[in-house]
Amino acid sequence: MTPAALTDLPLWPPLNLTRDPLVPLDAGERRRFVGPVTRVRLPTDATAWLVTRHADVRQLLRHPGFSADLTRPGFPLLRRLAPGALGDRRGGFIRMDGAEHARLRRMLTAEFMIKNVRRIEPLIRQTVDRTLDDLRDAGPPADLVTTFALPLPSMVICHLLGVPYADHDFFQERSRTLIDRDAPPERVRRHVQELRDYLQRLVEAKVAAGDRTDDLLSRLARDRVDTGELAVDELVGMAVLLLIAGHETTANMIGLSTLLLLRHPARYAALRDDPGNADALVEELLRYLTIVRTGLPRLATEDVEIGGQLIRAGEGVIAVLSTANRDPAVFDRPEEFDPYRAAQQQLAFGFGVHQCIGQPLARAELRIALVELARRFPRLRVTATAGRLPTRHSSIVYGLGELPVTW
Amino acid sequence: MRLRVRVDRDRCCGSGNCVLTAPEVFDQDDADGLVLLRFTAPPPEVGERVRRAADLCPAGAISLD
Ligand code: HEM
Ligand code: SF4
Repeated sequence: MTPAALTDLPLWPPLNLTRDPLVPLDAGERRRFVGPVTRVRLPTDATAWLVTRHADVRQLLRHPGFSADLTRPGFPLLRRLAPGALGDRRGGFIRMDGAEHARLRRMLTAEFMIKNVRRIEPLIRQTVDRTLDDLRDAGPPADLVTTFALPLPSMVICHLLGVPYADHDFFQERSRTLIDRDAPPERVRRHVQELRDYLQRLVEAKVAAGDRTDDLLSRLARDRVDTGELAVDELVGMAVLLLIAGHETTANMIGLSTLLLLRHPARYAALRDDPGNADALVEELLRYLTIVRTGLPRLATEDVEIGGQLIRAGEGVIAVLSTANRDPAVFDRPEEFDPYRAAQQQLAFGFGVHQCIGQPLARAELRIALVELARRFPRLRVTATAGRLPTRHSSIVYGLGELPVTW
Repeated sequence: MRLRVRVDRDRCCGSGNCVLTAPEVFDQDDADGLVLLRFTAPPPEVGERVRRAADLCPAGAISLD
């Protein structure tokens, strides 16, 4: 494509610093991007097909002719990476395909399945109670993000993995770099390496101790590394992935959900008065807020037709979850937040074999966190105007940097 | 005609959507988290939810006939 033609293409993801945090794309952006399939320019000057409709996003993410491996030539990257930036990629199965992906994912599926998450609900509850005590003691006023939304999922995932929560400043900062599209490439490289080194030491200590500790990393060390099924480096990569995915995501959902519920006090009150509807409310929050807003990138490995567009082997595509979640063909009045709609078809966790492995955990954390917040802080309100709230606009996981509240 | 359900454990990615949608019919294996069927011919009253589970399966591992 000639340079002129390239600059004619709309830039994805769109930059809009005054965006309402609750609106993934404004009306103008929707006109520009909601295709069904549109050609866009990425910040790396690569081009890609943007796939925006619910049915097409499902078809694409379930199709074996698309790869999630970002080291393949032509993969639609959203940021430039320093050479070797991702360092040792072993264990990072979110970026693997086929049998390689299945082999590692299957070592974890049982750990995060619904019945096991039900077993750890008491731990989630205790952690919610504890972090809400901290919120109470910190204010009023207080920042809900740093005192509640972020510590809760961080503490839970640390406990499950067997990572010391005391190191949270270290791994939270590095996690954030890894998912920040604006982070300088050299910093990304360094932070990936530091996080890997940190978890490497932890994992090696667990392997050496052969210890009886009942946390996920110790179990994997015992059941998979000791048996020769899994290399230590792979376990380290899995630990990095779980630690990052396990706290940034849920934390951002709690912050944005609180903002949304507090804009309509009746909804917030309904959480307290009708907790039986909390599961449906959480599905609708996931649909409406869709925090992975930049979409899921894939590379076509064969020619495939999606939404009437022939996508050729070697071309990049982006599956846009936020527009799929507001597709009028699936959701009535999609721009409206309706806690009583059945939103189970929402795609906030993705689709296909990479669909979020932590979804039962995320759902339980969100439900318990929001119900307890509404119960214990009935008079909670936001003290900043929406336009003034710092957002993680350059992150691939969207969220609020801060949510000042009082009660 | 009663609905018949089949699952393909090779395709299953253990997302658990089926268990969330129709727990009477689907379960997950304690060993590997992959889908298990409680019934191959579920009672008609859960038919609608079984269809929904098949539709929500991200891996296309549930088929009905
Ligand atoms: C509301 C919170 C969450 C959201 C919105 C979310 C979203 C997503 C999405 C969209 C994907 C698919 C990525 C792709 O296909 O490229 C994914 C994958 C993943 N998520 Fe989550 N996630 C959340 C919470 C969690 C939690 C709590 C964990 C902790 C265990 C977790 C662990 C993972 C892992 C390991 C993968 C990779 C799965 C694979 O490639 O097979 N996530 N998540
Ligand atoms: S919904 Fe599909 S992929 Fe998920 S556990 Fe059930 S059969 Fe497996």
